[in-house]
Amino acid sequence: MSSVDAPKLGGTGGDEKPHVAFWNDPEKRGYLFQALLFVVVGYLVYAAATNAIDNLTKQKIATGFDFWNNTAGFDIGQRLIPYETTSSYGRAFWVGLVNTLLVAGIGIIFATMLGFIIGVARLSKNFLVNKLAALYVEVIRNTPLLLQLLFWYNAVLKALPEVRDSVAMPGGFFLNNRGLFMPEPVFGANFSWVTWTLAAGLMAYFAYGRWARKKQERTGQQSPVLLVGLGLVILLPLLAFFGAGQPLSFNIPDLGRFNIRGGVQIYPEFVALLMGLVIYTAAFIAEVVRAGIQAVSKGQTEAAYALGLRPGPTLDLVVIPQAMRVIIPPLTSQYLNLTKNSSLAVAVGYPDLVQVFMGTVLNQTGQAVEVIAITMAVYLTISLFTSLVMNWYNSRKALVER
Amino acid sequence: MKKVLMSVAVGAAFVMAAGSASAQTLNQVKSRGVLQCGSNTGLAGFGQPDAQGNWTGLDVDYCRAIAAAIFNDASKVKFVPLSAKDRFTALQSGEVDVLVRNTTWTMSRDTQLGLEFGPVNYYDGQGFMVRKKLKIASAMELSGASVCTQQGTTTELNLADFFRANKLKYEVVAFASSDETIKAYDAGRCDVFTTDASGLYAERLKLTAPDDHIVLPEIISKEPLGAAWRHGDNQWGDIVKWTHYAMVTAEELGVTKANVDEMLKSTNPDVKRLLGTEGKFGEAIGLTNDWAYRIIKLVGNYGESFDRNVGAGSRLKIARGVNALWSKGGLQYAPPIR
Repeated sequence: MSSVDAPKLGGTGGDEKPHVAFWNDPEKRGYLFQALLFVVVGYLVYAAATNAIDNLTKQKIATGFDFWNNTAGFDIGQRLIPYETTSSYGRAFWVGLVNTLLVAGIGIIFATMLGFIIGVARLSKNFLVNKLAALYVEVIRNTPLLLQLLFWYNAVLKALPEVRDSVAMPGGFFLNNRGLFMPEPVFGANFSWVTWTLAAGLMAYFAYGRWARKKQERTGQQSPVLLVGLGLVILLPLLAFFGAGQPLSFNIPDLGRFNIRGGVQIYPEFVALLMGLVIYTAAFIAEVVRAGIQAVSKGQTEAAYALGLRPGPTLDLVVIPQAMRVIIPPLTSQYLNLTKNSSLAVAVGYPDLVQVFMGTVLNQTGQAVEVIAITMAVYLTISLFTSLVMNWYNSRKALVER
Repeated sequence: MKKVLMSVAVGAAFVMAAGSASAQTLNQVKSRGVLQCGSNTGLAGFGQPDAQGNWTGLDVDYCRAIAAAIFNDASKVKFVPLSAKDRFTALQSGEVDVLVRNTTWTMSRDTQLGLEFGPVNYYDGQGFMVRKKLKIASAMELSGASVCTQQGTTTELNLADFFRANKLKYEVVAFASSDETIKAYDAGRCDVFTTDASGLYAERLKLTAPDDHIVLPEIISKEPLGAAWRHGDNQWGDIVKWTHYAMVTAEELGVTKANVDEMLKSTNPDVKRLLGTEGKFGEAIGLTNDWAYRIIKLVGNYGESFDRNVGAGSRLKIARGVNALWSKGGLQYAPPIR
């Protein structure tokens, strides 16, 4: 409203409010409609729920969550927590959830790294690098993820040799179409020394970093943070390791009748899913990064150059911190997308939450409503948690007005 | 996955509407003018569409027979291809009227899913397929193998039971569809492919070199495959049940697609009751009295359907075995029509 109109409109009110019927009072009417909407929506939810339960009972379809503790009776290939065929459906749920979190977590890390590289490459002045990055983004962004997953799965499987012709790599690594087999670390009794030293070293490193930054702000003098950090985080735990008598051995994989026995196995399903998700999401992240960098006005770079900063520090200290403000919110939604897209695992046989819980458990118990409700609640929780973390990070990076 | 979600969403909405109408499947089918039959997405011999979209198979014939009995037209069937894990939800939510999709009848499915299971149209058992070059003669030698299977099946459970009971180690890779499962096996992801024995023969045809693979002799489970419908609709259940029994009875009495018109003049009381020239058995199940005549005329008897789809007249060449008539040492037995 412009200030010219205000006195005219405000002037009619006076001190006494004229008596207005409540249905003519916009404020009260607003409340009434809110309440009505609430009642209607509430009734719809209630009616749907009671009707569903009622009819499920009528049709003799089992309801409730009693199935949670029943014996599952099926097996799961990749499991990070102990699970047997005699374990419960609830246990199978956790196995699936952990597998989902694993692929989503690792996927987010790699997608971010690849996405930043491609995003920066798209802004490169080098013609070839620039065009290759553009080609990558356009091809990957414009084909369905499901097709890409199936492509990677078949590409991974077809490219790898059979078990008998495993590629044996030095250090007890084997590669074949059953996956990558690695020596499994077996921790000795005193290994906790090393862990504790590492934790202490990390803490000392952060403390030193803070101190060094404060010092630089105060005096302008830089400290050898990297060198001290390396010493604290790597050298110190190494010393502890040898001091404790090298409490670490390896369970080396070994070629059995069919498969390779022992060691740690990385399944091709996992690799295919991870590759598919990372490569797909990275294309979107690259665009987010490019947009973010381009949103920082050219004047900022020129000003930094004018102050005598070299291109490297200019990017580090001037462009990226400002670009991050633009990048973080859309980056969050890419993280959420990656997590949700991991449910396509079912197509390549990776036992994630949807495959194990919404696939097998649903089918064995027949309790579609409960199982799908739980699955949706889990994805909602994961997504909300991711958003929470990213919003916190965003608020730290957001422009602080002084 | 989308299908399940859809079915549940639609299901939750329609379970309300369908509640009182659960005993009305026949009326729904009649007013719709077409039978909706849940079938396999593609299993040779049981339910598979060809290049022109014509469905063939033993299970398909069962649905066609039901349509023939109701409409006197075996083509009034809409086949709804369902994956193993979506099939029960589709039936529960009313997306299909009957499920004839090589589905194993088990106690938990019969009692907890709100479904009824009917006559067994194929007695099967679970088997294993391996590559010949592994030189394995028995399933007991499979310790340490990786096994490809389809999720949401009894196969997945039997597999776990078998390896646990015999204290053998294995690694399972489960896929949502049978096509992905057999492709992964073909690509060498697994040493072993497992499903119902009939399915093994059918899926073997899809491999790049079918002759390089053998089916192991062990049958590790009982898999009675039959039709299922929604619990509580007994009239509809009667139609589904007696359609199969009519086909078996026809084989027993020697009534075939070719001679059924002649057989109308038969003086054998069993044949007369079957074909509806005596008694009112058809009306008793809500159909016309020539219901069984229609089935045999348009689809054929059980033996004809078996031969054409999975037996000697098909690519699968599965022997009748336990699926022969009871009078020939098999398990196919129909209660008398009287």
